[in-house]
Amino acid sequence: MAKGVKPRVKVPKKAAVGEAITIKTLISHKMESGQRKDGEGNPIPRSIINRFTCDFNGENVVDITLEPAISTNPFFEFEATVPESGEFQFTWYDDDGSVYETAKKIAVE
Amino acid sequence: MELTRRNAMILGAGALVATGLPVAVAAAAGDDQIAAFTGGAEMGSEGITLTAPEIAENGNTVPIEVSAPGATAIMVLALGNPTPPVATFNFGPLAASQNASTRIRLAGTQDVVAIAKLADGSFARASSTVKVTIGGCGG
Repeated sequence: MAKGVKPRVKVPKKAAVGEAITIKTLISHKMESGQRKDGEGNPIPRSIINRFTCDFNGENVVDITLEPAISTNPFFEFEATVPESGEFQFTWYDDDGSVYETAKKIAVE
Repeated sequence: MELTRRNAMILGAGALVATGLPVAVAAAAGDDQIAAFTGGAEMGSEGITLTAPEIAENGNTVPIEVSAPGATAIMVLALGNPTPPVATFNFGPLAASQNASTRIRLAGTQDVVAIAKLADGSFARASSTVKVTIGGCGG
């Protein structure tokens, strides 16, 4: 498991029905591309997050496949509509099998 | 071998082919990715927008934004990278708009390509050239 992985998510607390809300996510991860070399010229093995998903009450919002060309500390911004109050589930899948999860509640009026 | 003018030219041509090869290989890998995504279908240019800076001072974090109203999936490729695929965005039923932004790594000045799979099953392609002054990907 990569060290110091910390997911951060920004979701509004409240929304109106049918409103498009903007979600920003950032996870601290070194995203080693497998292209870099260490001081002795040996390639550093790849270690990235390869998939990110966002679901709301079990329904999918986005499902993103990540490749080594995504920057360190992967950042995503996208929009979602929420039909009712509930919870967003964010999941990141690491190359080494680790899964990082976080959730955010939202109230719909 | 005696170094005559003719021999020198042959050597020069050989060196040119040798240096040109990695770029050709990377581009072919990108073409394969595109073919796998589209199934070899024709691509239009309507219905997709790719926003990328003209000049990126640091290739390690280049902000990009893709938008394709009604698309089910958008694939982004950096054709000049050692591995061209960047990311594939799949939009679910609760996505309010088919746009997303992220930050990517570019190994050098190159074309960034986005291909969207539109709701009617057709594909659209947009590309943007980004000048990179310091490369990412460890370059």
